[in-house]
Amino acid sequence: MEYILIIISAIFVNNILLSQFLGICPFLGVSNKLNTAVGMSGAVCFVITLATVVTYLINQYVLVPFGLTFLQTISFILVIAALVQMVEIVLKKISPSLYQALGIFLPLITTNCAVLGVAINVVSKEFSFGGEAHMLNLGEATVYALATALGYGLAMCLFAGIREHLSMNDVPKPFKGLPIALITAGIMAMAFLGFSGIV
Amino acid sequence: MREDQTMSKFSLITKGLVKENPVFVLVLGMCPTLATTTSAMNGLMMGLATTFVLILSNIVISLIAPRVPDKVRIPVYIVVIATFVTVLQLLMQAYLPSVYETLGLFIPLIVVNCIVLGRAEAFANKNTMGDSALDGIGIGLGFTLALTVIGLVREILGSGSIFGLKFIEGDGILAFVMAPGAFIALGYLMVLFNKFVAKK
Amino acid sequence: MAAKSTLLNMVVCLSAVCLACSAVLAVANAVTLEPIAQAQVAKTNASIAQVLPEFSGDAVKGSIEYAGVNYDYYKAEGAGYAIVSNVTGFSGTLSVMVGVDLNGNVHNTAVLAQSETPGLGAKCTEEGFAAQFRGWDPAVKVLAVKKDGGDVDAITASTITSRAYTLAIANALAVVKEITANEGGSDNE
Repeated sequence: MEYILIIISAIFVNNILLSQFLGICPFLGVSNKLNTAVGMSGAVCFVITLATVVTYLINQYVLVPFGLTFLQTISFILVIAALVQMVEIVLKKISPSLYQALGIFLPLITTNCAVLGVAINVVSKEFSFGGEAHMLNLGEATVYALATALGYGLAMCLFAGIREHLSMNDVPKPFKGLPIALITAGIMAMAFLGFSGIV
Repeated sequence: MREDQTMSKFSLITKGLVKENPVFVLVLGMCPTLATTTSAMNGLMMGLATTFVLILSNIVISLIAPRVPDKVRIPVYIVVIATFVTVLQLLMQAYLPSVYETLGLFIPLIVVNCIVLGRAEAFANKNTMGDSALDGIGIGLGFTLALTVIGLVREILGSGSIFGLKFIEGDGILAFVMAPGAFIALGYLMVLFNKFVAKK
Repeated sequence: MAAKSTLLNMVVCLSAVCLACSAVLAVANAVTLEPIAQAQVAKTNASIAQVLPEFSGDAVKGSIEYAGVNYDYYKAEGAGYAIVSNVTGFSGTLSVMVGVDLNGNVHNTAVLAQSETPGLGAKCTEEGFAAQFRGWDPAVKVLAVKKDGGDVDAITASTITSRAYTLAIANALAVVKEITANEGGSDNE
């Protein structure tokens, strides 16, 4: 039950893009076409989940016991950079077709603040999903990361779909490009506000 | 000749304000831009925090760049930036705890702000220390200016106050303080910027 | 411009930078350790002074278990108790310090930590909401939001936060009763 609440909360109520503002750069950057948006979402899902698990373990078993929490930011970003590199190499070896699909997005993910943001949030913030607020355990953290990433994918793909249609419309000149995209995102965020309060 | 030089140094600082404004023109660093501008004060603080990191990382990277092997330069830059971000985190916790609490997660996230790494890669690694510092100040101030303006607009519309000083009773248009307002305010400000500033 | 990338100098360079940076951070951490601790103490003291009537001397820290939860509290001689009451708000923990005077009335409240929605639940830190609890006498007014049949004016569109805040105060009042009962008991012995 708790896991279901985590999933609903992370995908809809606290959507990472539309209510927490993490990972906006690629959101605006690669959402022109639906298929690139799908590719990017896939790569982000993969990396967010993996990175959250690894950084969670590092924080729990290395940084906290040795009193090195001041190295949190620096070690997390290094782990994420290394992880992205590793995923790239492994993917190239074992599944060239998947690499073809996700490959070009992987290097961009290191500087996607959604990854670092989720990793830091999970180890430093208390969450409440209907019950008492508490720190997440490893299982909850994994589910939370995966669900957050799915929420990212959902918002990204919806947005890309809208933008594909927008590009065919006659938009006033000063609104062309990003401004109209931002206003569209604002209206989407308003729609997602409707979910608040259900968990 | 000398006048030319002072002119170009001066333009290093001013170009970030309008011509190469990191938010309205380069469209970098969108996450803190949208998330922390719930009020003018928050926008200003976030801008200054980023400027601090930007100046210091630009200086250090311009100094070490000639010695760093090409292939590992990005990891090295990220480590340098992450160091200054952590120093900033510690200093803020010690001396500005309330500001640190408000900005929260977005202070450590300066590490992955594309502006900082972008300036390291595009400017600091091929220019002198002095110029890099000036570039950091210029771009940082441009970022701060943009964030403060967005924060001001959202605060006026959303809570009916300017820098915390209330000028109407009760609430403003609540949506502007919340998530959707961030996108919409930035969108319309960009429209105004495109219309009046960029295209003369 | 940049040095050549051989395996050796790449490894050396990365390690050197990491070492130097860790050293810088270790120093920064050591230097700021004391001020950070002081800032936290100063914040707690400022909150105590805000929620209780004026008192002389230092507040004494204690903790008590009530209904299975541990509460930290500060006892100020001649002024009352400041209870740190944690409840679950709309998003995450809402930590409120509640000052209870010697008559068992609420003197004032202060938010220690919250992560409520800016513009909605976050308004619990503002005067408009918090002022109503000043001098609240639980014997006269009912500590529940109006929607639930009490006397608390909830924040517009933030009933969950308002309920949580109210619950934090109610818990604190119960804790104070528990403390005074314990102390009364030990006096008699």
